Amino acid sequence: MLFTSAVITGLGLGAMYGLIALGFHITYTVSNTVNFAQGSAMMVGSVLGFTLMVTYGLPFWVAAPIALAGCAVFGLIVERVLVRPFVERNSDAWLMATVAGGIIVDNIVLFTFGKEPRSLPSPLATNSIEFLGTGVYPLQLIIPVVGLCVAVALQIIFRRTHLGKALLAVVQNRDAARLMGINAKVVVASAFAISTALAGLAGLLIAPLFSVYSDMGTLFGLKAFAVAILGGITSASGVMIAGLLYGVVEALVTAYLGSSYTQIVVFTVIILALALRPNGLLGRAAVNKV
Amino acid sequence: MKIMKSVLRRRTFLSGAFAVGLAAAAPFGTASAQEPIKVGLVAALSGQSAKSGEAITRGLSIAIDEINAAGGINGRKIELISRDDESNPGKGLLAARELVQREKVAAMFGGLDTPVSLAIVPFANQSKVPFVGVWAAGTNITRNGAADNYVFRVSAVDAYVGEALVDYAIKHGAKKPGMILINNPWGESNEHALHDALKKHNMTAAGVEKFQDADVDVVPQLTRLKQAGADTLFLVANVAPSSQVVKSLERMGWNVPIVSHWGPAGGRFTELAGPRSADVHFIQTFLFSDKQSAKANDVLAKLKAKYPAIKTLADVTPAVGIANAYDAMHLVGLALKKAGSTDGKAVRDALLAIDKYDGLIKTYEKPFTAQNHDALGPKDYVFAHFVKGEILPLTQ
Repeated sequence: MLFTSAVITGLGLGAMYGLIALGFHITYTVSNTVNFAQGSAMMVGSVLGFTLMVTYGLPFWVAAPIALAGCAVFGLIVERVLVRPFVERNSDAWLMATVAGGIIVDNIVLFTFGKEPRSLPSPLATNSIEFLGTGVYPLQLIIPVVGLCVAVALQIIFRRTHLGKALLAVVQNRDAARLMGINAKVVVASAFAISTALAGLAGLLIAPLFSVYSDMGTLFGLKAFAVAILGGITSASGVMIAGLLYGVVEALVTAYLGSSYTQIVVFTVIILALALRPNGLLGRAAVNKV
Repeated sequence: MKIMKSVLRRRTFLSGAFAVGLAAAAPFGTASAQEPIKVGLVAALSGQSAKSGEAITRGLSIAIDEINAAGGINGRKIELISRDDESNPGKGLLAARELVQREKVAAMFGGLDTPVSLAIVPFANQSKVPFVGVWAAGTNITRNGAADNYVFRVSAVDAYVGEALVDYAIKHGAKKPGMILINNPWGESNEHALHDALKKHNMTAAGVEKFQDADVDVVPQLTRLKQAGADTLFLVANVAPSSQVVKSLERMGWNVPIVSHWGPAGGRFTELAGPRSADVHFIQTFLFSDKQSAKANDVLAKLKAKYPAIKTLADVTPAVGIANAYDAMHLVGLALKKAGSTDGKAVRDALLAIDKYDGLIKTYEKPFTAQNHDALGPKDYVFAHFVKGEILPLTQ
């Protein structure tokens, strides 16, 4: 029972980390930049979901797309205001700028949404069901499935669709892609929009299991970045697998060694894993062309 | 992250300095006897625990209004200067320094977070400015080992809370209680207190588990406690993490009695923790619904008049912050009057010399002595639970 409940807990949380980490993967693949406000994007998803569903009483199927669209717009703004101006001048300051952007958004939400943690109820997280001898909310079982589906879908999009090929073309050679009629700016901007929408999806999924408040995403964002590095930031499936592994190891360490050791053991494991595989679990070594 | 915040900090600092400059320029020519006596507050005014800072501010303000309406302290009005510690010990210490060195406050009040108060304690003792805690319950805040102790408290004390929680659990049939504690100095302070209290009854804990503020799922920790045979849980955490424990218990279908420190009282516990929230029995020092005294009604009426947002008793949760702060401010007021000066040592000695104060929580007889800087003891606690968003007393 201890084992199964820990594994289910871990898969649910791991899928969350994976979804947010996929956002890091997408923007890194396309533009070699990442949005460190991913944790805030997750929070924006939760807060928009709460506002639309609880404050305005909209049904989930109406509220969710609006919330995700809101997150995508947030991603577009991050790219336009906090990333592009620096990249165009060959500066790495987007790193600080996106961190700062996240703090600003957290504080804006603090003042508008309020200071108290709130709860987003969901019929999928009200009554627990018996599963493999342990009690779980149906939502906990759905989250890893959604996470894996998204990772697979991304893999397919990158390999098979026009947008995906355009994305990869921009990665390989920005100028050549532009000559072939691909608008590199639009491609990079959409990568950011997709990444924040994925974080928003994580936020919508986690909200009923957690509470909604302005800095709820901070720790998730940090863990997700660790996951992205662990998975090898260039591989979508690697990132998702790393997320699930991270979640499961975290839960198992807590269950068998006790919670005092969780952070120490988990981060030691990450460092060891990276020492053995410096490019992550499924990552490919970057070639430094001279 | 740090850089951004320090920039903000510098800006507030500059605007603060500007305001001080204006204030210093303005009162030239007025008699110094009319200058207000400043008292400081360092508490969480933003972030997850912002509601606690709001409650403390309200309690202090009502008491200050009463003191000023009655002629002030020997003719001088009291003025409250508040600083936000954002629940961050470093920021709390900076704020305390600013209040003492720049604003020259006669006394300071502390907020909800034990780690923040612990950071301020050495500075208060060193600069000899009385620091009165009105919320944070960490035992070693007042019992800090300093030869010259300037730290006082009108609030619960973990050492006593531990005894009260253990007594309550035993009275309700606990044989082998387990602990689920937040992983910070407050949780640790309670771990010691609970172990000591259990030892007095020749009992040991079934297990001790810690969890983090942002833990979504506490099932693994709780499963360990269940397998260790825990028949009651002692819970120590603020409102959001406490509700994660309750939701995890619900999911496991483990119907174990929960005896809690007062964390759940700090917010919308019914909403966050769901249907099982009423099963959490937690400690309080004061409830407006418990004591229908003339004083309680009077303070409640004043609160409603001053803060239109307060309409029902559900809007004055958590009442402990208001009541502790209210009594603490009046005790400091008495000491200031007695001391006849704002000198830290004189005010500290005057606090120790207070004989009697008929307060909101109780009638204080010799509230502070050289050995005991805590005005409230184990007999001043009441157990309560949430019913539809309102904190109601439990008949013990």
